[in-house]
Amino acid sequence: MVTASGQNSHGHEVTLALKLRVWRQRKGQAGHFEEHALAAVPTSASFLEMMDMLNEQLIKEGKETFAFDHDCREGICGMCSMTINGMPHGPLPGVTTCQLHMRNFRDGETITVEPWRARAFPVLKDLVVDRSGFDKVIQAGGFITVRTGSAPEANNIPVPKGVADEAMDAAECIGCGACVASCKNGSAMLFVGAKINHLNILPQGQAERDRRTLAMVKTMDEAGFGNCTNYGECQAHCPKSITLDVIAKLNRDYLRARVKEFFSSTGKPSKGGD
Amino acid sequence: MKLESKTPVGPLADKWNNHKAKLRLVNPANRRKYHIIVVGSGLAGSAAAASFAEMGYQVSCFCYQDSPRRAHSIAAQGGINAAKNYQNDGDSARRLFLDTIKGGDYRAREANVYRLAQTSANIIDQCVAQGVPFAREYGGLLANRSFGGAQVSRTFYARGQTGQQLLLGAYSALSRQIGLGTVKMYTRHEMLDLVLVNGHAKGIITRHLVTGEIQAWSSDVVVLCTGGYGNVFYLSTNAQGCNVTATYRAHRRGAGFANPCYTQIHPTCIPVHGEDQSKLTLMSESLRNDGRVWVPKDAADCGKLASEIPEERRDYFLERKYPSYGNLAPRDIASRAAKEVCDEGRGVGQMVEGKRLGVYLDFSAAIQRLGEATIRERYGNLFDMYENITGENAYRQPMRIFPAVHYTMGGLWVDYNLQSNIPGLFVGGEANFSDHGANRLGASALMQGLADGYFVLPYTVTDYLAGVGLTGRPSTDAPEYKAALKEVNDRTARLLSINGQRSPRSYHKALGKIVWEYCGMARTKAGLEKAIQEIRALRDDFWKNVKVTGSGDTLAPELERAGRVADFLEFGELMCLDALVREESCGGHFRTEYQQEGEAKRDDDKFAHVAVWEWQGEGAQPVRHIESLVYEEVQFTTRSYK
Ligand SMILES: Cc1cc2nc3c(=O)[nH]c(=O)nc-3n(C[C@H](O)[C@H](O)[C@H](O)COP(=O)(O)OP(=O)(O)OC[C@H]3O[C@@H](n4cnc5c(N)ncnc54)[C@H](O)[C@@H]3O)c2cc1C
Ligand code: SF4
Ligand code: FES
Repeated sequence: MVTASGQNSHGHEVTLALKLRVWRQRKGQAGHFEEHALAAVPTSASFLEMMDMLNEQLIKEGKETFAFDHDCREGICGMCSMTINGMPHGPLPGVTTCQLHMRNFRDGETITVEPWRARAFPVLKDLVVDRSGFDKVIQAGGFITVRTGSAPEANNIPVPKGVADEAMDAAECIGCGACVASCKNGSAMLFVGAKINHLNILPQGQAERDRRTLAMVKTMDEAGFGNCTNYGECQAHCPKSITLDVIAKLNRDYLRARVKEFFSSTGKPSKGGD
Repeated sequence: MKLESKTPVGPLADKWNNHKAKLRLVNPANRRKYHIIVVGSGLAGSAAAASFAEMGYQVSCFCYQDSPRRAHSIAAQGGINAAKNYQNDGDSARRLFLDTIKGGDYRAREANVYRLAQTSANIIDQCVAQGVPFAREYGGLLANRSFGGAQVSRTFYARGQTGQQLLLGAYSALSRQIGLGTVKMYTRHEMLDLVLVNGHAKGIITRHLVTGEIQAWSSDVVVLCTGGYGNVFYLSTNAQGCNVTATYRAHRRGAGFANPCYTQIHPTCIPVHGEDQSKLTLMSESLRNDGRVWVPKDAADCGKLASEIPEERRDYFLERKYPSYGNLAPRDIASRAAKEVCDEGRGVGQMVEGKRLGVYLDFSAAIQRLGEATIRERYGNLFDMYENITGENAYRQPMRIFPAVHYTMGGLWVDYNLQSNIPGLFVGGEANFSDHGANRLGASALMQGLADGYFVLPYTVTDYLAGVGLTGRPSTDAPEYKAALKEVNDRTARLLSINGQRSPRSYHKALGKIVWEYCGMARTKAGLEKAIQEIRALRDDFWKNVKVTGSGDTLAPELERAGRVADFLEFGELMCLDALVREESCGGHFRTEYQQEGEAKRDDDKFAHVAVWEWQGEGAQPVRHIESLVYEEVQFTTRSYK
């Protein structure tokens, strides 16, 4: 019997033999797959620990290791980013690459490991891509302007629990980019929608609601992210279960802001926020 | 080395306000002429960089990740303390101060801690205004939970992702400034040295982790907010990139390193499962609000399933030993208690190297009392994470937990202004030693990082700049930068050229085993002496036999790792030395020789001081200086949670 904790009934570790096809790409060169094999990967190891084992093996062979992004290894920093068997963050819903464990794979399996594939995320090396487009979108408007020291007493702004919970649901986005990588268009609407939902529904976020929405969408387009045509793949691969309704809400807020912008530019007075 | 704490005179409660009123200012028109380097974009770094930029300074901010939002503050789960007294349970700045001083086992600087408690309320205001979605009650007001070491409920939280939400708040403020062009953000840059000109910190050397370019930067002042050094233990709850390099390199340039042996072992982490493990995962201490910690009374029951062990055969050892705090006993105490029962052979879970190192954290009573839905709402993401890692469902069976290295109270020595002994070098957040003494209470690191970044550094750095005036920054062509650049280049080349047999990771693992064994939860003279010898031997071997594959002019993960491990190999020795000389037990530092009925025994006559180490050169014994801890208002007492 194999227990969930990865030991069989005799207390021995259960291991897998794996074949790996891993993307290798060096500066200024086209990439290609390299094939490697690992003889004994414990099922209790995480996917990145399996990659560590591969890299340690490469060092023994005197070869260059694979570069990949990772830091917290607990599913929260958003740094890990591997496309595993064609799926960003691998086959398990709701988990990041670093939280995927080898018990989800079979002995003898061939696993293909690639970087995020998206026009707006160019490959820097091997499995590492440049996601700075996300930061640019936030820099354009993903904030509430409040200078240090200028905040009112916290309980002066009551926020209904339902609203706070909804904002928190959206704020759980870790900025990993799996949504972009899973989308045929390379759209960032799920990421941008999550931030818009977080900030635009809170009372504190109302003053800049329209500016924020317009500026973030404009920057998103400039950063090379594609359009949303409702494939829905982003939702399926988001490790934080951000759902498509954040995109609907983003579209609504965007429309609202555009209409207001139009009327204020034609000289008609605009009504305040709703 | 001159160690002046610069603690202001006057009554404790007035010190900070009086001091602030005396700090010098810089005229708004002149501020943009000053350049501030902030290394780190965690809570302390982001908050400081954003605040400096809002004030009008030119700021450059550095981090090693691909985005400032990924600093390890993101991983904090449980919450942040603040003395708001929203629960009307008698909380106040003074009580938070007293809890923190006591929690730190009377080894923190009184005035700093008081200031921290005072500013805590402002932090919550600031974060709420930024849109941090803290938990709320149905009336729309902020909710609180309890945390270890306190008898009031003063912890604010955002589900199990408080650090994430606070960091995203600070990151949004920082991002706004980056968008405005007032902060230049340098991601994927690792600081590898500090540059001093005429004894003042005037810049840093970095390596661009993608292009490999090693570069010098000049500034009027340097602020380090580079986090803690818990990864010296290899396995810890820190992120993979967390390092001591930034602070240790500053130490080698003359900055005093304070209390390196004060490290915190967190009681509730997922136990180790095997050799290839790369990190340990924390289960937030907030779980101890609703979970009960136990092991079987009889070692013979340890191999059984928890459900097979009847109530009367269970030992709820924290409730038994510490009736008034129970499962919420402070971290160092809870960790040691767990180690003890496992040492007695009463641990649970799988065997690793012939031992069961785990205790149960059981939610069945809470689930029965409150319902599964409530528990899911409080801790759902933690339970999910636990299941991902262990494959076990903690709604159905108790979690297994064991202590793991989590936080480092030691750090670069700073005065009341958070300035190190090197003028112009300021240190904030976990990187400094300032506020937690020998043990940090839960939910107070986030508080300290943000207090330093938002509410202390903006004033004190301004005072320094006003003092030095607009003398003009040195050009990076100055010989000091050239020399530092050469040293960094040489060291990088050396690491790449050794071409030995062993990987950098294997050295890191070996070092981790030594320090965990001899400088972990319990320390002895003989063990520490042995550790120092072993670390020296390992370090010598490293410089002869490490194998760093890849090349320096591109992304080179092994080169990055080797550099960090090399610094840990020096720092680990310093940590053991500090532990060896401190012949007492206090907080997280437990010397087996100094105990009374199993509890830590402080020696206030000999050790009521901060130990500050001065580097003396390669291979030379560092010199230990002391800053005496003068308590004006608090009486030293024996810490009791019974
Ligand atoms: C898993 C976990 C849970 C925690 N939970 C809580 C909690 O519930 N409540 C609480 O109060 N505390 C908690 N803590 C502690 C708290 O999170 C940290 O102490 C705090 O966030 C540290 O913040 P910081 O800004 O000092 O450093 P960090 O957030 O670690 O940031 C360090 C920054 O420095 C940069 N950096 C580091 N070295 C270099 C270098 N050489 N060159 C360039 N840049 C560098 C990094 O890129 C990063 O931006 C927790 C800690 C962990 C690990
Ligand atoms: S929306 Fe989901 S997939 Fe996209 S960046 Fe956020 S967490 Fe990642
Ligand atoms: S490494 Fe941080 S989310 Fe995976």
